[in-house]
This record gives sequence, structure tokens and C-alpha cells, in this order.
Amino acid sequence: METKAFQKIYTKITQITKATCSLKATGIGYEEMAIVHGRLAQVVKIMGEDVTLQIFSGTEGIPTNAEVVFLGRPPVLKVGEELSGRFFDAYGDPIDGRPAIEGEERQIGGPSVNPVRRKQPSEFIPTGIAGIDLNNALVTGQKIPFFADPDQPYNEVMAMVALRADADKIILGGMGLTNDDYLYYKHVFENAGALDRIISFVNTTENPPVERILVPDMALTAAEYFAVDKKQKVLVLLTDMTLYADALSIVSNRMDQIPSKDSMPGSLYSDLAKIYEKAVQFPDGGSITIIAVTTLSGGDITHAIPDNTGYITEGQLFLRKDTDIGKVVVDPFRSLSRLKQLVIGTKTRADHPQVMNAAIRLYADAANAKTKQENGFDLTDYDERTLNFAKDYSTKLLAIDVNIEVDQMLETSWTLFGEHFSKIEVGIKQEFVDKHWPKENEVK
Amino acid sequence: MEKINKMTKGTVAGIIANLVFVEVDGPVQQNEICYIDLEGTKLMAEVIKINGTQAYVQVFESTRGLKVNHTVEFTGHMLEVTLGPGILSKNYDGLQNDLDKMDGVFLKRGEHTNPLEDEKKWGFKPLAKAGDVLEAGGWIGEVKENWMPHKIMIPFKFKGKYTIKSVADAGEYTILDEIAVVTDEKGKEINLTMTQKWPVKLAIKAYKEKPRPFKLLETGVRVIDTLNPIAEGGTGFIPGPFGTGKTVLQHALSKQADADMIIVAACGERANEVVEIFTEFPELDDPRTGRKLMERTTIIANTSNMPVAAREASVYTAMTLAEYYRAMGLKVLLLADSTSRWAQALREMSNRMEELPGQDAFPMDLPAIISNFYSRAGFTYLNNGESGSITFIGTVSPAGGNLKEPVTESTKKAARCFYALSQARADSKRYPAIDALESYSKYAEYPELQDYFRKNIDPEWPEKITLARDILIRSREVSEQINILGDDGVPVEYHERFWKGEVMDFIICQQDAFDKVDCSASLKRQKEMLNKVLGIYHTNFTFESFEEVGTYFKRVINNMKQMNYAIYESDSYLEKEKELNSIIEERKTA
Repeated sequence: METKAFQKIYTKITQITKATCSLKATGIGYEEMAIVHGRLAQVVKIMGEDVTLQIFSGTEGIPTNAEVVFLGRPPVLKVGEELSGRFFDAYGDPIDGRPAIEGEERQIGGPSVNPVRRKQPSEFIPTGIAGIDLNNALVTGQKIPFFADPDQPYNEVMAMVALRADADKIILGGMGLTNDDYLYYKHVFENAGALDRIISFVNTTENPPVERILVPDMALTAAEYFAVDKKQKVLVLLTDMTLYADALSIVSNRMDQIPSKDSMPGSLYSDLAKIYEKAVQFPDGGSITIIAVTTLSGGDITHAIPDNTGYITEGQLFLRKDTDIGKVVVDPFRSLSRLKQLVIGTKTRADHPQVMNAAIRLYADAANAKTKQENGFDLTDYDERTLNFAKDYSTKLLAIDVNIEVDQMLETSWTLFGEHFSKIEVGIKQEFVDKHWPKENEVK
Repeated sequence: MEKINKMTKGTVAGIIANLVFVEVDGPVQQNEICYIDLEGTKLMAEVIKINGTQAYVQVFESTRGLKVNHTVEFTGHMLEVTLGPGILSKNYDGLQNDLDKMDGVFLKRGEHTNPLEDEKKWGFKPLAKAGDVLEAGGWIGEVKENWMPHKIMIPFKFKGKYTIKSVADAGEYTILDEIAVVTDEKGKEINLTMTQKWPVKLAIKAYKEKPRPFKLLETGVRVIDTLNPIAEGGTGFIPGPFGTGKTVLQHALSKQADADMIIVAACGERANEVVEIFTEFPELDDPRTGRKLMERTTIIANTSNMPVAAREASVYTAMTLAEYYRAMGLKVLLLADSTSRWAQALREMSNRMEELPGQDAFPMDLPAIISNFYSRAGFTYLNNGESGSITFIGTVSPAGGNLKEPVTESTKKAARCFYALSQARADSKRYPAIDALESYSKYAEYPELQDYFRKNIDPEWPEKITLARDILIRSREVSEQINILGDDGVPVEYHERFWKGEVMDFIICQQDAFDKVDCSASLKRQKEMLNKVLGIYHTNFTFESFEEVGTYFKRVINNMKQMNYAIYESDSYLEKEKELNSIIEERKTA
């Protein structure tokens, strides 16, 4: 980031806190970028001549006579085809040892899409994971997070979804990634030979936490370039949004704002919405789909971060370790994809919605039977059958290592229905039962 | 509302996010609208506090790049909407900009578009004649807007009585053409067009009286109409944790409710949900008129990524449009999703102004603001003897699903119907996830409404509703006992009681919003189904063991579900009905 000639250099800082410094300056625009003592900063408050700057990497070691130069513009990202296959930091500077890219400068955190210029999402994104495709189908232009405890393999599942999903570009926004996870993603993408369609913006735990605030905007500005200018299908992965929100609360705390629930800033909902609502389907084919990770503490979804997220995103996915089969499954009860109605039964086979609901209802009956069993009550014949069904259902469909086409998932479901239940117990519309009920179980 | 003669000007003195401090050179009023000139782009803002010569304004757009000393022009009026023919079927933002008239994919700052069409001609038909004396809201004439008679009225801002001097002849006119001349009490002549303006924060009171609601508003949703009915002109709210189906329910109401006009205020919610309305409503038929749903719908979209300050404006804009159509004698349904987002917008601003916070950092006057807003709904008798109504249903998104949080608590005091969405029901896919027992409708207890039920549905209807609720309560109690004592730890009759409640739950409370037929049930059909379920309840059955009970009632439920899925009184419906009767006969105690 070079300074231009004739730029005014200020050298008199009047106030320094842990994250901000203030000085007297005139003609400064709100949200303008500046360089303070070689570090990037942004204007967060102007009162008359007093300008307050937020310094992303912290104020440690900044003297009152430090050089301050205003850049006369908000934060930008240089965009172009050359972004593909590259790794950047939170400021959009390369971290892969290759030269900076040449391209058009775009302001990050730009305006919202006019809602009447959106198209209703309607394209199914198959992932091969039945817990997702069968029960919670994803759609282009959707935004959905994994709600996961820190010990769950969410980064692995995200990487898997990213590589299987049919997308032109995959953009990774890593916030507070451990170096190990960062290397994991890099390794997986390289091994899959998919690096040329992947762009990464990474802030690791080694970088200052406040820098993370820039990562989603950087990733989404790049995404908008490919989706709008190039009409491409873009998949954006954001991990971990909880650490992003934590960075927001650090900033608001240092700016003396009154915290609301769980010491989060009162604007958390709007801040998160601004990011997630960048997910969009354009009429001309371009789209941005966001899959994020929100880590929970002890599975608590009433905490302000997952709670606000849940109100913004179009559903959420939960991972759970199924101890009966010893595998990680996508939890069918708590997971929800709100946009699935737009594709299941229309873009997929017509029996899809009913099969999905019947299977989940029977799986719920199994959960009740299990409670009964644990409480020492006798099980009925039906209870026994639901338990057997649940085990097969988990192993053959829900487990995340299953990778099959959606039609096959439906066939497998019908086979399981036929093996364990009668037609009445399954309770699906007659026309589908007539068509798909397994022949070998016709008598039931 | 006197205009201030010389327009006040000011300059920007400070900026914190969308709160801007302006040094003014003259008088300003609270809630006055001003425009900040950001190098040619006019940012709209509203005065929210005044201290000496400094006005605190909230900007309805992003303040990126704004500098100290940028100039500000005050307009002398509060935030106003333009009222006139052409509002129906429009997609507005929270400030009544026509979204379809905006250029480009992205919303541009400072772009303001005309909410109505200046050139379009409307077929005008006079209703009043020279010499008639009218008050504000009095009907001068009407034009056909889509298929609805849109009344042209004496502007709401006018006080006192006005004598019609002349009215334009029937014919084609634009909204800017003069259509009438009236004289006020002092004899001053005033020329009127088809449009007028009104400040959104003030209620339009051009009606004679607001009686207690006394009619049912049909929604087609069984758990509402049958078990927790909402009255025409009533208020209700739907709180629920995310994922429990608030929005699906609101969309169902907007599609099926028996109203002349629907206004949907998407306030701080997902853009794709609004897109769903944009996409589907122009295609879907209104079952009552056979026309497209969009023809009776207006959408106010201020989605969660649109400027926060305009969220508050969006609900007021929506309410003002509803009041305008109510004054034409129409039945308006106003849906707002979600009022929590509006409350959060208030909180963000209160925080920036460094006001002392109330509970959960919300402003102290939140309950007053909410109840004031809900009170603008209602059934009204107009001055000319006609009636019009606004039924208002808002959703609330309680933080963490906790119904004790301030927005839910404040709304509970203001709204008369409460539709509790339950996480447990949503988890077990029992949709709509309205908990019939937790929910209540105060209207169901109104003697006016009970009379209406007896006259229009069934002489025994109120008693039947009470019995239906009792059946659900008893079933729930028994289910708890079975869970504690085990299936064989209770008498077989207990299982029967439990399953009779399940029949009520599956057949009356549950409904498939995504099924073409089941999504909406007529009152006649609801009555027939309830009578069938009650008939089963009153029937004594014989069972040897508890296993038989579950198996039997599952068949009953499956059969009745197929009836719900079948077109009313179609062959397949009647066939299933016959089948049901024979299933009942099988086990009936002789």
C-alpha cells in the first residue's frame, strides 16, 4: 500500500486506546482508510476535527508522533481472473509468495442487491451426502451454516462439500483458522487438483483478531466479481463466524458501546445479515452460495451468535456422532434447509418430499423407542422394527461418508421402508406407494 | 402542519456510523426529513434529537465517505408517503421508493424513485356532486385499481368541513390532473388531484368509530380458524424461535386470508423470502376472485441487509398504506415480519445516542412504541356509514427462543391473539408448529364473536371449540402418564384417550402448507372435519390390548389425512369418507 505524492502526513496523535487512536484532521471521509505507523487503519468516528481510527493490528508500540497518512478511499480489493488459485491475507495482499495481482479496485462491503433484481433460487446443489441432499437439500443462492461444537469435524465436511459441489469458483474466508486447519484446506484443495478454481482469504490465529473483520467482505467482494461480472456459480465458505463475531465484540467494547445479550454489540444481527445476505441468485445465471461454520459452546444455540445467525440464514446443519454406528451423521431432527422446498420433488423425483418426511418421522419413533428402552420398559414389535430401521437408516444414508446420487438415496429409503414396515405405517400418498414400494415386500 | 417558510440549512459536524450531527442555521422540527449532500448524492435522513443548534439525524443509507462540512437541506416535513391509485401490486422499499424503477442490480445510495405513475391514465367515476359537504377521508370519486374500487378522498390533512364546488366528469385522468375543487369553511377554494401525502408516524383518523371486532377473518388455517380464531380488525402476533415456521405461516396467511388487500412488510428479514413473494404471487390465483394474488398485494421490502434506519420507517409506511385503503371501506390484512428487527434498529440508534438502556439494551419506551403501533389496526365505521378494517399480524423473533425477552413481552400486552410456535412440534415436523394449547385468542371469548359463530358456522360452535381443546389437554396429560408408567402400566382406555387427541392433532391442528389442496381449508370443510373428529371422540371402541389401539388409530389418521389431501367433496374424498365410516364400524362398541 503505497502513499502518493503530496499526501498530507499527520504526526500528532492525541489519544491512543488498545484498538484506536485519535488525531485532529480535516477533509476526512467516513470509513476512509489510513496508514498509522505503517499499519492499516479505518475511520470509525468523526467529531468536528477529531478523527478516530481503528487500527486493525492493534496499537502496541504506536508513539504519539507516529506518521498518519489518509488514503482517501474505503478498503478495496483488486479483482480479476488472476485471483483464482491464490491465497491472500485479510487485506487482500498475497500470502503465497507470489506477486500482487493487477486488477480493478473494488470497494469492499458494497451496496446490497435490489431485491426485485434477485431471482428465486431454484438450482439444486448435490453434495452426495444424504443427510444434506435427501433431508436438507441445498440450493444455489442459499446461505446456511454448520452449527458445530469445536470438536466436530466441520472443516473436513466443509472441504468435502466444497469439492463435491458443482461450482465454478470456491472462495474460502478463513477467520481465526489454526495454522493446521489452514494447511489442511490448502492440502485438500491441492490434492483434488481444484486449486485453479479456489481463492482463499485467510486470517489465522497467528494474525491479530480484529483483522478478521475484513475477511468476509474481501471474500464476498471477490465472489460478487465472479457472480456478477463473470456470471459464474460461486460457493463461499466462511469459517468460523463465531470468531468473526468475537472480533466485532472486541471492537465495540473498545469503543465503549453498551453491550447487549452475551456481551455482543447491539448491531450483531445487522452486521451478520450484511454478510449472509450477499448470497444471491441472479437471473442471468450467476450466483453466490454461502456455507459457513458457527461454532457453539456446549451445543448452546440460544447464545447470541448462533441465535442471530439462525434468524438470518436459510436453515442450519448439525453434525452429531451416532454412537450406535460409530459414525458422524447429519442430524435429521435439528438440521433444516429452508430452501429445500424449492427443489425437492421438482428438481428431484416427485416422491422426495414424502419419503424424506416419512423416514424422519419413523426415525423419531425410533428415538422414542430408545428412550422407552433406556427407561426399562418393554418394547412393542413396532418399537423393535423402528430401532432396526434407525440403525440401517443411519448407516446407509445419514453417515457423512456415504456418497451417492439422490435417486439412489430415495431407492434406499424405499428398500428400508419395505424391509421394516407396512404401507400404512409409512403413511405416504397412495400414488407413490403404488409406484415405488419394493416388489419383494408387496404383501405388507 | 404548517410549512416553515424559509428552508433551514445545515452542515455536517460529526459522524458515527449512520448517526450524523448537523449544525443548523434555523428552526428544525423533531422527525423532520433532511437531505445530506455527499458530493452530489442526496442521503435522506431523519431528525431524532435536537440539542441547541445541533440536530442529531439518523441517515437511511450508508454514510461511507461523508465528510465534516458537507451541506444539509431540511425539508420542513416529517417522513411522508404518497397516497393515490397505483400502490397495489407495487414493490416498495421502507421509504416508499418503487424498487422496480431503480436502475442496476445493486441499490444505489441517494436514489429516490416515484412511488406512483405520473403519466398513467385512470378511469375516474365521480361519487360526490357539487354542493356535497365532506370531511377528510370523504369519497369524491373512484377509479378501478386492478379490480378494486379505489376511492379518491378529501386529503386526510384537511381539518373541518369542505363543500364540493365541482367534480371532474367521468373519464380518463392522470393522478396529477385536477379532479375536484372544494371550498373550506372560510370559503377558500382548493384544487384536488388524486394524490395526497401523509406523515407515516401519525395515525390516519378519518373514521367515525372503532367498535370491538365482531366478525371472523377466515385464514384457511385450521388451527387458527377453528381453535384460535382471529377477528376482522384484530391484532395477533406469532413469536417463535428460528426454524419453527413463522415465515411459512405468514406466507400461508397472505395467500389465503379472506381480505381485499394484503400488505406485507418484510422488515429486516431475508431477501429470498421477499423474492419468493415477488416470484409466486404474480402466478398464484386468489381463490376468492380468480385473479392473481399479486393484484391484491403490496410489498414493503426492507430486508436485513438494507439500511437499518429504514426498517423502522418500513413498518410505519406499511401501516399508513393500510390505513389509506381502510378509509376506502376495504378489508386490509397487514403482515409484518418481523417486528423484532424493527426493535433492534431502535436499539442500535439508542445505543449510538448513548441513551440509558432498558432491559437487554433496548430503549426504555419500547413497550409504548409497540402498543401504539398495534393500536392503529382495527375495524372502523367510516363517516359515510361504510366499514373498513385492518387486521394486523406481526411476527416476533425472540432472542434465544426466550419468550420473556422485552419485544415479546411488550407485544403480548398489545396484541389480542397469540400464536405460539413450538420448537418441539417443529422438531417432530408437526406443522404448522402452532401449539394449539399455548396459543390463545381473546376474540374467541368476545360475546360479539361467539354470536357470529353460532349464526354463521354452527349453533354449538363455541362449545365444540372448548371440547376440542379439552380433548387435546387430556391427551397430553395421558401421554405424560404413559411416558412415566409405560405402555402396559396404564389401562387400555388411557391409550384410547391419547389417540383420540392424536386424531385431533393430526387432522385439525396439522396442515400441509405445501400441498395444493390441504394448504387452505374452507370454514365449511373445517366444520365438517371437526364434527368428524368429535364424532370419533364420542364413539366407544372395543380394544383387547394397547397395541391394537395405536395400530387402529393410525389407520384412522391415515384415512382422514387422505381426506384432507383430497379436493373437497370430490370422488376420492367421498370414497375415503366411506372408508372411514367402515373403519369406525369395525371397532365400534355395539
